[in-house]
Amino acid sequence: MLPNSPPDNSIGILSAQSVRIEQPLTLACGVVLPAHDLVYETYGELNDERSNGVLLCHALSGDHHAAGFYEGDDSPGWWNHYVGPGKPIDTNKFFVVSLNNIGSCFGSTGPTSINPDSGEPWGSDFPSLRARDWVESQKLLMEHLDIPCWAAVIGGSLGGMQAMRWSLEYPDKLLNAVVIASSMKLSAQNIAFNEIARRAIKSDPNFCDGRYLQEGTAPLRGLALARMIGHVTYLSDELMGQKFGRELRIGDLIDRNTDPVEFQVESYLNYQGDKFSGTFDANSYILITKMLDYFDLSREYNNDPVAAFGHAKCNFLVVSFSSDWRFAPERSREITDALLAAGKSVSYVEIESDKGHDAFLLPNERYENALGGYLKRVASTLCVPTGADK
Amino acid sequence: MSQDYSFISDWVAPNSKVLDLGCGDGSLLLNLQQRHNILGYGLEIDPDSINQCIRHGVNVIEQDLNQGLTNFADGSFDTVVMTQALQAMRYPHLVLDEMLRIGRECVITFPNFGYWRTRAYLNFRGRMPVTKQLAYQWYDTPNIHFFTYADFEVLCRERSINVLHRHCIAEHFPDTQLKSLWPNLFTQTAVYHLSRQ
Repeated sequence: MLPNSPPDNSIGILSAQSVRIEQPLTLACGVVLPAHDLVYETYGELNDERSNGVLLCHALSGDHHAAGFYEGDDSPGWWNHYVGPGKPIDTNKFFVVSLNNIGSCFGSTGPTSINPDSGEPWGSDFPSLRARDWVESQKLLMEHLDIPCWAAVIGGSLGGMQAMRWSLEYPDKLLNAVVIASSMKLSAQNIAFNEIARRAIKSDPNFCDGRYLQEGTAPLRGLALARMIGHVTYLSDELMGQKFGRELRIGDLIDRNTDPVEFQVESYLNYQGDKFSGTFDANSYILITKMLDYFDLSREYNNDPVAAFGHAKCNFLVVSFSSDWRFAPERSREITDALLAAGKSVSYVEIESDKGHDAFLLPNERYENALGGYLKRVASTLCVPTGADK
Repeated sequence: MSQDYSFISDWVAPNSKVLDLGCGDGSLLLNLQQRHNILGYGLEIDPDSINQCIRHGVNVIEQDLNQGLTNFADGSFDTVVMTQALQAMRYPHLVLDEMLRIGRECVITFPNFGYWRTRAYLNFRGRMPVTKQLAYQWYDTPNIHFFTYADFEVLCRERSINVLHRHCIAEHFPDTQLKSLWPNLFTQTAVYHLSRQ
């Protein structure tokens, strides 16, 4: 589709904004960022009561460009199917805020930014981050935008972890948390996949101990390999079978003389890996996968998720996908059970899908209805002043 | 169905915690939320019903009752409700035990298979009854355990379940007049309010 004629139900052409947050941000590791930059986009209008703000939290490799099109760009933002006028996250009703979080690499302060102390890029010296640091930084953006309380904080995967953390850190600052394909902590298998990805990056000779920017190079092959591993885990066996099967892109297995043989799936994975390594930063990938590994919702609540959620005040929608084995439905049921035991308002839906973990980004009628139905209800209660409907 | 609710509503305390097993579109919970300000949760597996609950602002958890209720702690609810679904459970007696474990009190409604019209259907036509209330053929019915008012009374006695209240519902004359005399014959829908002894 042409960027000059975006579809009717799209937000249309837009551009990102940025802000320098001058307030010091003390990170969980103790390091203080005296100031930090945040790049973000907003969709829809903030109402007079300033009550219709919705925060989108991105996952590992996400960015601020969730919906709409950039001038001259023919592909929309990563959640365009779900964010827009009349869509489940309805920009006719909500003022949607989507930012690139610190530590990432799309314009917000991160490993590719200049460390003011050294005058060089942070690289692998960028301080270790926790999901709560993203929440703290999002809170500063919230203050900058003068939004007193989010109507909803929404996120998939690592984004869902941020939504849950919001509900515990700032229980009075959100009315709803939508936690999609997420988990209260990663399993050993999940951490294992992240470590393989990190090792792939560090094994690339161009990694240069994380100082590749200073050396004028980049561990592109390592990062591509890391992404290829990740990508396989985000899909289901079933979907890969449907999408690629054993189709060959080059060569022929019957005629034994033809030498190069390439399966479609090989070509696809290599393409995805190379595309990713061209746009993402290797140090950011290491930093954010570690952030995922370290996340444990109830660590500071005596490892008791029920006690943790006891602090929350918002309503919850929890969503999982049947074929997601990286953030399996069991993990979402654990979240739901803890919320139930804590006596919180929660709805849980398990969406039938063969698309694996990536399902949370892809079209699915049931998912659209559940998310859209929930948020429609949220929008209809916005006129009621906070607390009056309790 | 709406008549079921008026009884149930009387038995549910204001501001209490209610679990509805097989909650359908959530209208019972919505009614209780509005009347008694309860904290309610429904369990359901039908996608359309789940969506209706979500749209109504009723907490709904996608969970198959036949897979058990082990994720709910003992005595974690004031009332556990199941309307018109016990006959569709694989092990109704175990579900009943689970309901009484999770809830301090339980409310059950079920179609009485001993109702005279059902009996007459089987007796005279010699075929499994297909009625407005049980509108399925024998081969496609989700109702796999038919039982009567009298059967349920026996089950409660055998399992030492305390019957706090029982109500018999009949729609038509003369059933409405005769149900208190011969409940097993003239009750269409039975409503029970139970607790552990």
